[in-house]
Amino acid sequence: MTNIVVLVKQVPDTYSERKLTENDHTLDRESADAVIDEINERAVEEALKIKEAGEGEVTVLCVGPDRATDAIRKALSMGADKAIHVSDESLHGSDLLSTAKVIAAGVGRAGEVDLVVAGNEASDGRGGAVPAVLAELLGMPQLTHARELTVDGGTVKADRETEDGITHLEANLPAVVSVTEKINEPRYPSFKGIMAAKKKPVETLTVADLGVDAGEVGLANAASGVVEAAPKPPRAAGERVTDEGDGGSKVAEYLVGQKLL
Amino acid sequence: MAEVLVLVDHVDGEVKKVTGELLTAARALGEPSAVVVGAPGSAGKAKETLASYGAAKVYVAESDEATGYLVTPKVDALATVAGQASPAAVLVAATSEGKEVSGRLAARLGSGWLVDAVGVNSDGTVDQSIFGGAFSVKSKATRGVPVVSVRPGSVEAEQAEGAAAEETVALPAVDPAKSAKVTGVEPVVGGDRPELTEASIVVSGGRGVGSAEKFETVEKLADALGAAVGASRAAVDSGYYPAQFQVGQTGKTVSPQLYVALGISGAIQHRAGMQTSKTIVAVNKDPEAPIFEIADFGVVGDLFDVAPQLTDEVAKRKG
Ligand SMILES: Cc1cc2nc3c(=O)[nH]c(=O)nc-3n(C[C@H](O)[C@H](O)[C@H](O)COP(=O)(O)OP(=O)(O)OC[C@H]3O[C@@H](n4cnc5c(N)ncnc54)[C@H](O)[C@@H]3O)c2cc1C
Ligand SMILES: Nc1ncnc2c1ncn2[C@@H]1O[C@H](COP(=O)(O)O)[C@@H](O)[C@H]1O
Repeated sequence: MTNIVVLVKQVPDTYSERKLTENDHTLDRESADAVIDEINERAVEEALKIKEAGEGEVTVLCVGPDRATDAIRKALSMGADKAIHVSDESLHGSDLLSTAKVIAAGVGRAGEVDLVVAGNEASDGRGGAVPAVLAELLGMPQLTHARELTVDGGTVKADRETEDGITHLEANLPAVVSVTEKINEPRYPSFKGIMAAKKKPVETLTVADLGVDAGEVGLANAASGVVEAAPKPPRAAGERVTDEGDGGSKVAEYLVGQKLL
Repeated sequence: MAEVLVLVDHVDGEVKKVTGELLTAARALGEPSAVVVGAPGSAGKAKETLASYGAAKVYVAESDEATGYLVTPKVDALATVAGQASPAAVLVAATSEGKEVSGRLAARLGSGWLVDAVGVNSDGTVDQSIFGGAFSVKSKATRGVPVVSVRPGSVEAEQAEGAAAEETVALPAVDPAKSAKVTGVEPVVGGDRPELTEASIVVSGGRGVGSAEKFETVEKLADALGAAVGASRAAVDSGYYPAQFQVGQTGKTVSPQLYVALGISGAIQHRAGMQTSKTIVAVNKDPEAPIFEIADFGVVGDLFDVAPQLTDEVAKRKG
């Protein structure tokens, strides 16, 4: 049986305005609508596919505030079996490294894990490294930025796609994988799935429950911090013309004027 | 003066442009040392370029395993050198791999990790541009050796003289239970065009281009300008252009001197990847398209009329 943990993060909807809070420069999570990060739906889909190809169990792991339960329910309604939700006031303002520590401890809670599936990059922080750091902390191989994934017995193969091109990877389980936008099309939860999700177990834990020292997390204990933050003045619209058969020439003139041509 | 370690981004000793930028940025904090991790012979090939950007030392971490496993040999090499040299900081390119290397290194060293910096300052702070350029931020590491990933294209590379004195680094053996084996690579065949994140001009096409064949119009203008080609997600999803050229929140972030958007509406997620460009030119049939709100010069019109005419004008002027 393959024991799979899928990492799900709730993020501010990118269609709404994103801000930093005035007093401590942390992400203002109340100002924007919160949604499950789109890439995580693909992570869930991939976890479910691996489970359905053999036998397995999919546990959703989410580190985030109380209202992240919506993201968890979405993953459960797609077909995940159960969830662990780490929610703790003390996590406010944690840096990426301490978040990864808490996630690592959460993975430990799920027992003998064969595979951890994550998104390659969250849309709010653009860190793109939690899966790699997690592999470091768990002592597992990382097969990240996968656009294709195959699990066969005790091995996992991935086609990694980055700006460098495609890298073919192979490792033994247990392993940490992360998926890109190109890996699959996530399923829509069925009505039955949505009803079933309401009865699926969600274990809510604090940092202390996981045996992580509160002195290791939160804004005050971060290994890096923001010292200054300012919104940039929005870009203003410049000149605009309507093409009357000379649009291309007008652009060329403009570029010459700007010394770009 | 304190050493500042720079991880060299290279393919078989062929040094990428971003490495010159990192060596330049490193000089704000101390004396740059280049760390080359790769197959035997890589450092020899890279040395001259590294010297010309001011690398005082070149740490040579070469082995066959260095390219045979993903990410971990680079982390091992940097951790080993950091242990010996007590550097003022470690700089890595904020590429997909560089972000992973820097994150793991910061975790291993228990240090502060500064992500996607667009500037490195002599007081140890770094500048960041977040939410697609909507906020400017200054951050600082509060613990350990700061590990910084620097966004390609954000620092202007300046040449300087360096001794590039070689020092050999013994890489620890790779534990295959903890590292993924690389069983094959298919490098991007970029052709003659500059790399998207490194280009000073980018010409992008959106859904308005209409088909993969018609992307030729975008490519022709790009080639006339010596530009890289980009695409919106809608263009990628429709199969007009390959995914590695996607610009935007879930694609590449670009900050060129000139960004030309053809048939792109300018959705917030697209803008997140290009709105810090110095100059933006947009061509769109729809006068209401949001891209015009941020364009320095906009043409309301059909891209298939405007772009070829512009291509001709550029060719004429360049003679
Ligand atoms: C989580 C998330 C992440 C995303 N990430 C990205 C991302 O990284 N990058 C990205 O680009 N998008 C991203 N998107 C998608 C984004 O919301 C838009 O859907 C996308 O950018 C639209 O692409 P487009 O402008 O090419 O297409 P459309 O919005 O369909 O616009 C096409 C434009 O072309 C114009 N047009 C048509 N024909 C012509 C012609 N002949 N001449 C001139 N103009 C013409 C039309 O007027 C229209 O304005 C993301 C969305 C989400 C939810
Ligand atoms: N707080 C979190 N809780 C659960 N998963 C997370 C969290 N943060 C990051 N992840 C996972 O790591 C992936 C990459 O995130 P990041 O490295 O922050 O860009 C996400 O798509 C998630 O799968």
